[in-house]
Amino acid sequence: MSKEWPLWEIFIRGQHGMSHRHVGSLHAPDAEMAIRNARDVYTRRNEGVSIWVVKAADIAASSPSDKGPLYEPSESKVYRHPTFFDIPDDVGAM
Amino acid sequence: MDQALFEFCLRMGDNTLVLGHRVSEWCGHAPVLEEDIALANTALDLIGQTQLWLGLAGEVEGAGRDADALAFRRDAWDFRSVLLVEQPNGDFGQTILRQYLFDQYQALMLAELVASSDARVSAIAQKAAKEVAYHLDRSRDTVVGLGDGTDESHTRMQAALDRLYPFVGELFGEDDLDREVAARGIAPLPASLRAAYDAALAATMDEATLALPDSRWSQSGGRDGTRHSEHLGHLLTEMQWLQRAYPDARW
Amino acid sequence: MYAQMVKSTGQGVKPREDMSPEERHFQDRVDANEKIEPKDWMPDGYRKTLIRQIAQHAHSEVVGQLPEGNWITRAPTLERKAILLAKVQDEAGHGLYLYCAAETLGISRDELTEKLLDGSMKYSSIFNYPTLTWADIGAVGWLVDGAAIMNQVPLQRTSYGPYSRAMIRICKEESFHQRQGFDIMMKMAQGTEAQRRMAQDALNRFWYPSLMMFGPSDKDSVHSAQSMAWKIKINTNDELRQKFVDQTVPQAHYLGLTVPDDDLRFNDETGHWDFSEPDWSEFYEVLKGNGPCNEERMAARRKAWDDGAWVREGLMAHAGKRSHRTAAE
Repeated sequence: MSKEWPLWEIFIRGQHGMSHRHVGSLHAPDAEMAIRNARDVYTRRNEGVSIWVVKAADIAASSPSDKGPLYEPSESKVYRHPTFFDIPDDVGAM
Repeated sequence: MDQALFEFCLRMGDNTLVLGHRVSEWCGHAPVLEEDIALANTALDLIGQTQLWLGLAGEVEGAGRDADALAFRRDAWDFRSVLLVEQPNGDFGQTILRQYLFDQYQALMLAELVASSDARVSAIAQKAAKEVAYHLDRSRDTVVGLGDGTDESHTRMQAALDRLYPFVGELFGEDDLDREVAARGIAPLPASLRAAYDAALAATMDEATLALPDSRWSQSGGRDGTRHSEHLGHLLTEMQWLQRAYPDARW
Repeated sequence: MYAQMVKSTGQGVKPREDMSPEERHFQDRVDANEKIEPKDWMPDGYRKTLIRQIAQHAHSEVVGQLPEGNWITRAPTLERKAILLAKVQDEAGHGLYLYCAAETLGISRDELTEKLLDGSMKYSSIFNYPTLTWADIGAVGWLVDGAAIMNQVPLQRTSYGPYSRAMIRICKEESFHQRQGFDIMMKMAQGTEAQRRMAQDALNRFWYPSLMMFGPSDKDSVHSAQSMAWKIKINTNDELRQKFVDQTVPQAHYLGLTVPDDDLRFNDETGHWDFSEPDWSEFYEVLKGNGPCNEERMAARRKAWDDGAWVREGLMAHAGKRSHRTAAE
């Protein structure tokens, strides 16, 4: 199976200045073709977007057993979530 | 009627129509899904450009024919497509090489047309130039990759080049029509693009480790409609079938 | 549906008292509508069933390019040609998303492709029917995509994260597919006498195969029960089929077309349309490979795969040479 094109993870930043976001994956022989394929597959070739490609095999991921220690501390910091703050209605959208 | 501008638009639009049709024949049959999607994007761009060029041709003609009437109700001798784009797909190598040979020409042509004295031509060229720049990037790199790939891919690409190179010269043909649109500043003389084309082609083939044939002998007869390939008639038979069989229907 | 008769463990739903602690924890998460992600623990049966289901769906998208692709070069106007090409391109994209989702379960796209080509994996029965006239392209969009959407919308809530995300993307892109089909049907139904005949003929041929897409009744199926407990199947086949008929019959009437079912009647008591079952023996034959186009579809996919081998290998070899050269610099 070594002939199979490697799998790439695709991250795209749209025109709104947000961070790159994972949109999916695809196969390509190298990074350049992966970027090109990403334009064709995931943006239908929209101009003005930034694309990152990362070989799926090169991504280090936390394992699910880490889930407790990694995520629980932030869960206690509820003030990090916008809904923590009760804003009066007449202030308007925030 | 501005016959020269009309015919010029046909030459542009018939090339994109016939090539778009050829590329769309790949749909569902490409070597890998990513390539299916990429080929479809190329075909979609070409069909979109066809609507613009043939739309403008119809407008210039002023006889009530729209892009569809021109695409689906003309017979082969009224077409102005070059022989290169009429060639059958062959294997994927032949398809992508045909695409590269055309894209390289089209990119140079559109870059000049952006400055056309006719604002409508310039507007179409501006839109199409962006699309074709991307097609060229892709077809060029794929030609290089397959030329410089395995022994088999190299052999196939060399065969494709030997097969298609004799259709390159026609892109740079020159007749009274070319001279008239050039004199009016609508479009460049195709021959004026040849040096830049040859330089780009040589660089690409060098990178692809492919050898350009020695002979510059060229087939011709498509862009002036004097002698199309046999392939065009079959392509039109398929493409125009519904419009011909049910002339009073709307779709 | 694009995934038909997907076999699960065949054991029915495992009783809670027979579950290991891991299985119990897993089922609790599914019950709480938590998403299962690739690296999470999952029962072997869940993984295997998902691979079969997602792959069958992906294969269906890929083979599904063929009957519609059959008309791209004959589309009657430039606009229709562009719309159809864009739609078939979407199908290739959807196949790609789904293969990627399946790959997160530890199997490669090439392996899945080989299983399709050697016949050990299936694709939807519907794509083994021919598209004979332009009206068939309308009927496929209207009926086949309409039936597919019935299943895909609820699957956005499926328990497996990558599958759910793929379905969300697919549903978003697919929203125009059924409409373009109906739009073609409207033009045909309101067109010339020949066009109306074509439209009726297309409905006649695609009605029952569309009903078959949902698969035979599975109210007693042990496979479906387990899949529903795992939330990789959301509704029964009968529920979805009824919903499809209820939605489609008024649309056919709007078009002035006749649904080819003498027993079709609105049931005031149930509030649903009563309809005739398709010929299930035909369905089983099609699944076995004996449909009108099985041979052609598989031959086309095999040819694309075989003819493409030198391209895939060539570009891979070039990438290898290039990274080698870069490393040497």
